[in-house]
Amino acid sequence: MSEVGVRLARSPLGLTLDAVKEAIADAGLTLDQIDGVATYPGKMQTFLGFSPLGADDVIEALGLKTRWHIGAAEMTAQLGAIAEAANAVKAGLARHVLCFRTVYEAAAMSRPDEFPPLERREGVTGNSQWVSPFGAFSAANWTAQFAMRHMKRYGLTREQLAQVALNDHANAALNPRALVKTPLTMDTYMSARMISSPFCLWDCDRFTDASTVIIVSAGDALGEVKTTPIRIAASAGSVERYSWDQAEWASAYPTGRDLWKNTDYRPKDVDTVQLYDGFAFQPITWLEGLGFCEVGEGGRFLEGGKRIARDGELPMNTGGGQLGWGRLHGFGFAFEAVVQLRGEGEARQIPGDPKVAVATSGGGPMATALLLAKD
Amino acid sequence: MTWKRSRVRLDKDNRAFWTGGAEGKLNIAKCGDCGGFIHPPREICRFCLSENVAPHAVSGKGVIDTYTINYQAWAKDMDVPFVIARVKLDDAPGVYLTTNIVNCPVDAVDIDDPVQVVFDEQDGLWFPLFEKVG
Repeated sequence: MSEVGVRLARSPLGLTLDAVKEAIADAGLTLDQIDGVATYPGKMQTFLGFSPLGADDVIEALGLKTRWHIGAAEMTAQLGAIAEAANAVKAGLARHVLCFRTVYEAAAMSRPDEFPPLERREGVTGNSQWVSPFGAFSAANWTAQFAMRHMKRYGLTREQLAQVALNDHANAALNPRALVKTPLTMDTYMSARMISSPFCLWDCDRFTDASTVIIVSAGDALGEVKTTPIRIAASAGSVERYSWDQAEWASAYPTGRDLWKNTDYRPKDVDTVQLYDGFAFQPITWLEGLGFCEVGEGGRFLEGGKRIARDGELPMNTGGGQLGWGRLHGFGFAFEAVVQLRGEGEARQIPGDPKVAVATSGGGPMATALLLAKD
Repeated sequence: MTWKRSRVRLDKDNRAFWTGGAEGKLNIAKCGDCGGFIHPPREICRFCLSENVAPHAVSGKGVIDTYTINYQAWAKDMDVPFVIARVKLDDAPGVYLTTNIVNCPVDAVDIDDPVQVVFDEQDGLWFPLFEKVG
């Protein structure tokens, strides 16, 4: 992973190079051995801060010779790139796939000449036409409505929701790479300004500049890898309605259920969860969808924060999540799962010898869950 | 809000929805064969694949499925706070509309409140908003 910051001067390609160098050194590989590249969502010319680089940029810039690559937004959320890479190496299409996610939203906003903002077309189309005319511009508004329904239907409280941000900040304070350096108190949380009820400022991630790289290798290529390999035991990414406002439930629910159809592991086998938290409510949908608690019980599961703490029964977002580490946009959760399973978490390492982790990305209509295991 | 609503680009699928308010109609695409409602509107029925799909004026009555009070001004001139809600239509099963609840204080809105459509016209587009009834 590159430096994680806000309004960094280093270019998106420079950050990506930093992350690639670290990852191949860690794996004990050389760039000659990389024969695949996977990324989400590919280069977005209309929204360069969101995704400044495609797979082809990285292949060309790093002088890679690849046999397989993919860079796509139409896949099962951010970690879908890693799930696709796993399928590719399993099928023999590549041996070592470099998977990356580079984000540059903070820097791009501060340098509009270099990264021009989305061109204002004549009229909104597609899915945004159903929300933006009503001032619902942000995923904060769309996700907040699911959170509000949980409050009214199941009794979710702001104090319970706060545990996501409190836990993230506590963990980020022990993670030297994280944006956040200090813990958050309940008083500070409760007195923050509201963004979109029930979300306050601390419930929403913020624009970040960073690059995260994960290398996915074929099972029969592990002899070439020098580090402790972590196995991708299963993945899932299900959609019931590809829409933020027509779905009864976030896609975390069908995706969470499906993950367990693709493996013999069960929720009780999981030592740590790294759950997408662009907004604080999303981990609740994942906890419920993956079956760590009943539907509607996510708030009570978080109550007091002990269960999800590093020494709790289900340590969650141990690197600080997106509210603490930064908006790494999904890839940070897979990265941290690998760190914890290898026992390399240093000050934030969870106790025992964790062997199984879940990493997820996405909320709303798109979702990916990965099950990772140390053999 | 003094903020000017995002202008929707009209096409053959969405025109009846965004202009129906001129005749006081909330048009939702309906399948002439299986009776299913298709929203967002498309030319094919997502339930039975029939191409016999046409706009159908529903009653404009519904209930608040869920909502949020938006405090953040996402655009220039946006007056906050205001209510963004997801309304479940009474007579179009499975269809939700993201909308604003208007003509009441923001803290007077709750889930399951019955609501009725009111249209806000801007430059030939008729935005379906909802207000509480009863």
